[in-house]
Amino acid sequence: MATAVESTVVIPPPRRVPDRFRTLTAAVASVAPLIVVVIVVILFQQAAPAVRRYGLGFLTGTDWNPVTESFGALPAIFGTVATSFLALALALPVGVAVAVTLAEQGQQGIRGVIGTGVELLAAIPSVVYGIWALYVLAPWSYAHLEVPISEHFGFIGWLSQPGVRSLFNASLVLAVMILPTLSAISRDVIRAVPRGLKENAVALGATWWETTWRVILPAARAGIFGATILALGRALGETIAVTMVIGNNHAMPPSIFAPAYTLSAVIANEFTEATGVYHPAALIELGLVLILVTLIVNVVALLLVRSTSREVSRAA
Amino acid sequence: MNRNARRRYASSGWLAVMYALTLLALIPLGLILWFTVSKGLPPALHLEFFTNSFRPVGVPGSGVADAIVGTAILVSLASLMAIPIGILGGVYLAEYGVARWASWVRLASDVLVGTPSIAIGLFAYALLVAPLHHFSGYSGAVALAVLMLPIVIRTTEGAVALIPSGLRESGLALGLPRWRVSLQLILPAAVPGVITGALLAVARASGETAPLLFTAFGNQHLVFDPNSQLQALPLTVYQYALQPYKSLQDQAWGAALVLVVIVLGINLASRWVLRRQIALAGQL
Repeated sequence: MATAVESTVVIPPPRRVPDRFRTLTAAVASVAPLIVVVIVVILFQQAAPAVRRYGLGFLTGTDWNPVTESFGALPAIFGTVATSFLALALALPVGVAVAVTLAEQGQQGIRGVIGTGVELLAAIPSVVYGIWALYVLAPWSYAHLEVPISEHFGFIGWLSQPGVRSLFNASLVLAVMILPTLSAISRDVIRAVPRGLKENAVALGATWWETTWRVILPAARAGIFGATILALGRALGETIAVTMVIGNNHAMPPSIFAPAYTLSAVIANEFTEATGVYHPAALIELGLVLILVTLIVNVVALLLVRSTSREVSRAA
Repeated sequence: MNRNARRRYASSGWLAVMYALTLLALIPLGLILWFTVSKGLPPALHLEFFTNSFRPVGVPGSGVADAIVGTAILVSLASLMAIPIGILGGVYLAEYGVARWASWVRLASDVLVGTPSIAIGLFAYALLVAPLHHFSGYSGAVALAVLMLPIVIRTTEGAVALIPSGLRESGLALGLPRWRVSLQLILPAAVPGVITGALLAVARASGETAPLLFTAFGNQHLVFDPNSQLQALPLTVYQYALQPYKSLQDQAWGAALVLVVIVLGINLASRWVLRRQIALAGQL
């Protein structure tokens, strides 16, 4: 009997309505990952002739001569890495100081102005940085930084041979350009440090500086590191402003005050005039090297920033 | 002087150092604005600067109309591509953000934001210039659209996430389908935030030079056809600034001033819209 009753009341399985809206938006959103993949694939394909012909020697070669079709990327790779790290070294103390100042409580009026100013710095197009660097910053830096430094420390080879267009001046512009990235993300990380930590330090009698230096900054360390690496990614990929002041020299620079080259600057200067098979392919391979390096740097930075914000919220 | 007094002085000293470094950070902004205005204003004060296009060195009355028109065409086309896709993508992230695919979309957007713009230029070249054998405004617009897309996606996601969940729940409780809740209830409430994202993306695209070098390429004549080479303001600044002629360098500064006014104007406008969004979301 019981079985008969059960069989008459058939509960239909819940009808799964296909969520077409979800499918549609997911498909549209897939454009972003698709573009990333297509960029890498298409650049690989276009660089293939150079990759096949030069192999790994491309990365270690120091000669760049389109006439003899001899292409080595080492000077450009070195210039990219050197300008970026020098820029980081210059910008990091200032960026963290801005972040510390902005993250403080109280006096929001002044902080609002400073914060807006630093964010506007991020909005200025890189070509405007470029023209400013070319006509204002580089001549000033040559006269007031490079020449005096090389006069006193020129016996160190790295600090000799001052020049208006130089690796150092490119780093100087880069430092200004990455400052907003550094300070905005560091400010957010510092703000995310649990209030309790700070209050504990103050309650124990620590001064403002002791609290900042020994409690807040160590707690925000990993996030600031992430911000630094994100800024590094920006510096590695920056093109126009660097191209205008680096001096376009396809050789290992003898000094930081000498002209040099970066990956992106070589591409910007030579790509439209490149002919034949191997010159364009070699330039695209430079782009590929650049994109793979920035990809790795960015993913590492994103994971760092995300993991610290999760850690901080757990601690709070 | 006892130890505690020394600690207090040290603290004030370091506070002063922090403020000094912060001021140092603002000096470049002031200098850039000052030089752009003082060097760019004299050439930009002539009406011809805005109505004429390039004229050879020595011929008076040269202007940047070609670049202004080119930038307008390039950025409008790029916006038509990037903004609708970006908004739908951002809605997906906000509505179905816990899905595994969403985290890939998010990662890809963040990676795209950090991708060197020159590499995006190479990509657009390989995709649209090399196969068609000519530089074109279309290829430049595609490159700019790739730059804009992740900005629109992430700001839309953020704006939609700001809307209190009560609004969504009341919509769903009334029996509205998910898509109507998203598009007719949530998205309209998030409009100011979405506009902020679109404006920021437009500002970014207007100022980019590197992706246009081998796509739009530049043009010395005033043209309105996106299938031909197009001039753009950042290209004008870049090309003229490196010329040895004073008249072209002046034009470069003038174009830089126009660019800075456009970009900073859009940025300040977007902040104002964003403030309205936050106030609006607070009322819901």
